Amino acid sequence: MRSTVLVGLLSLACSFTGLAQGTLKSYTQDIPGSALKYEMVALPGGKFTMGSPAAEKGRKPDEGPQHAMQMEPFWMGKLEVTWDLYDLFAFENMEKEMAARNPGFDMTKMNAVTRPSPPYVDMSFGMGREGHPAINMTQYAAIKFCAWMYAKTGIFYRLPTEAEWEYACRAGTQTAYSFGNDPKLLDQYAWFNGNSGGAYKKVGLKKPNPWGLHDMHGNVMEWTLDQYYPDYYAKKAKGEVKEPYAKVTQLYPNAVRGGSWDDDPAVLRSAARTPSAPAWKMLDPQAPKSEWWLTSASFVGFRVVRPAKKPSEEEIKAYYNPPLIEEY
Amino acid sequence: MSNESNRRDFLKQSGLLTGGALLTTLPSFASSYGFHSSADDTIKVALIGCGGRGKGAALQALKSRQNVKIVAIADAFRDRLDDAYKTLNQNPELAKRVDVPEERKFVGFDAYQKAIPLADVVILATPPGFRPMMFEEAVKQNKHVFMEKPVATDAPGVRRVLAAAEEAKKKKLNVVVGLQRHYQPNYREMIKRIHDGALGDIIGGSVYWVSGGVWVKPRQANQTEMEHQMRNWYYFNWLCGDHINEQHIHNIDVANWVKRGYPVSAQGTGGRQVRTGKEYGEIFDHHIVDYVYEDGTLINSQCRHYEGTFSKVDEQFVGTKGRVDSFGRQSILKDHKGGSIYTHNGKGDGDPYQIEHDELFAAIAKNEYKFWDAENGAKSTMTAIMGRMATYSGKVVKWDEALNSNIDLFPAKLAWDAMPKVLPNADGFYPVAVPGKTVTV
Repeated sequence: MRSTVLVGLLSLACSFTGLAQGTLKSYTQDIPGSALKYEMVALPGGKFTMGSPAAEKGRKPDEGPQHAMQMEPFWMGKLEVTWDLYDLFAFENMEKEMAARNPGFDMTKMNAVTRPSPPYVDMSFGMGREGHPAINMTQYAAIKFCAWMYAKTGIFYRLPTEAEWEYACRAGTQTAYSFGNDPKLLDQYAWFNGNSGGAYKKVGLKKPNPWGLHDMHGNVMEWTLDQYYPDYYAKKAKGEVKEPYAKVTQLYPNAVRGGSWDDDPAVLRSAARTPSAPAWKMLDPQAPKSEWWLTSASFVGFRVVRPAKKPSEEEIKAYYNPPLIEEY
Repeated sequence: MSNESNRRDFLKQSGLLTGGALLTTLPSFASSYGFHSSADDTIKVALIGCGGRGKGAALQALKSRQNVKIVAIADAFRDRLDDAYKTLNQNPELAKRVDVPEERKFVGFDAYQKAIPLADVVILATPPGFRPMMFEEAVKQNKHVFMEKPVATDAPGVRRVLAAAEEAKKKKLNVVVGLQRHYQPNYREMIKRIHDGALGDIIGGSVYWVSGGVWVKPRQANQTEMEHQMRNWYYFNWLCGDHINEQHIHNIDVANWVKRGYPVSAQGTGGRQVRTGKEYGEIFDHHIVDYVYEDGTLINSQCRHYEGTFSKVDEQFVGTKGRVDSFGRQSILKDHKGGSIYTHNGKGDGDPYQIEHDELFAAIAKNEYKFWDAENGAKSTMTAIMGRMATYSGKVVKWDEALNSNIDLFPAKLAWDAMPKVLPNADGFYPVAVPGKTVTV
């Protein structure tokens, strides 16, 4: 059931043509019941080449062969989702208090949203919360965060596909990074192991890419919707895969993108793909391990996208309620 | 093969080999876990305490690459036990090593007494208040033990564990306590260097568990007071010892480890600032304690359960030549000018929860006596309890008087219709310590 629906939702990236390019406008999403806001950047539709050329320095085989993708316009978060916002979702009490200070927001509709269990250890690992990217959430938790956003705002938000993520990261460029090929320039655009001092940083401190998105390279890696297959592009090239993304059917590995504060420059390249791994939950001593918290992935966060066309309620419901894989 | 016969000798010596019970043959099978699968070397394990951590520990035991078999499980509650049985059987490969028919599932307050005799190794993962009596029983019956921290909730409990720890030493029973930083590569490497003098003498420090809170299980209709407290054990001192004991012990224990000793006194402050509802039982939501060691070193400890505030679970120490910047993901020793002395990047380090089981079961399989964690576990538990005594009373508490305290939090009788010592008032609120009035020693 989920597969059909997701193809429906996501195929709009390829088939939704009713919308002229450039008609989307960037906007700021207010978070009702709080003083928080989340900025969404309108991205134009267009064709792009996904993957990296064989000659790119640091390139891995899973980034090829390069292939053309047709993208429709969509919105993407200008910044990674921060703890400020994520904590409201994760801690119901915090949200209640925020709502009490901002009268007029109806908490009752939030009651049906599934929320994370309290983490046993501090998931920021002392790297800071206010203005800093939320980390260590599972892909399942990131999807449920989107469900929470929908319940609050009525706007359908979801995780980006790998294709959407790379399209947004490249922002019209074809070089290794959105600013060119020279890793020496990384310091202006990204937090990575060469300048992070061993911790993530507040979002948005570095220069944005050409489309105005910050921290697409570095700071924290970002969840996508896709199951990670090393040979996915090869299958696409052979025509064995028609869908624009790989739906998740098993727990590991899923695809994250963008590199982090803890990575070498090569991992931050626009085309670089990282598979999730069981070791990301290593420090969870419980059985079964949490569906909500990774515990050992202080380098993984996310940002959300909004497709131009809102899917049906049924499709949305299916998207927000994926079959719960054990230890997701 | 020689290992095997040695092991049997060892088991005989330590009184573990009874009848032919150990000589069960397990079929050999291809395994991604790489188990030793020769006959006759089965290590039989009883799981006592079926919560998330107990289930986790049992699975880690099964993954320890030794020929481990779970032969009995015990819990106060049938639903918790059934849930654990299900979890243990979820991985088909590991499930082959779960051999727990109905007659070896034990429920109730005395379940542990029935499970312990059936095992070579006992996993104790109930709420910590039960640890002293269960550890005592396991040692009495000559069992190796993995037990979770903390190992008690009051001074009489600590003394029982210390006495049983002595017995365990005499009997050469391996005891691992789930203070897993002792099995975590970055802590081992960093503290080895500190002990070797990389930072000079350690003369101060701070240890932290400031974070959000944990689960709450509000009272259900038809629960007796005993059942309510047992289900919601985190918020009652006879079961949990307060969060300074249950969680923050990890960081306090690191201070003791670094200082190679235990504090001689403590004073501190604490209270309930945020978590004031009746559903939170009697424990505080914050404690700040100054621990003073024999050489005068002062280590400050902070623990807090506040949602939406600064978080930090880490330890920092200052030495005459340098300091520990962090034990976190990137562990760093620096000199006082900021220059790096040693950096340990944890990438690729093993899982400390798995390592503690791997090492324990490897030692048992090889007939080695390698682990006597119970004494340190008891004294670090006592350190945390001494912190609680200080914040609850508002007085300076000295180690000797704390350890010799006869304040016993444990109920006089364990039964579903028996009464714990701390009870709610007519409005459902529990009495909470008042510094300056409450007596804790």
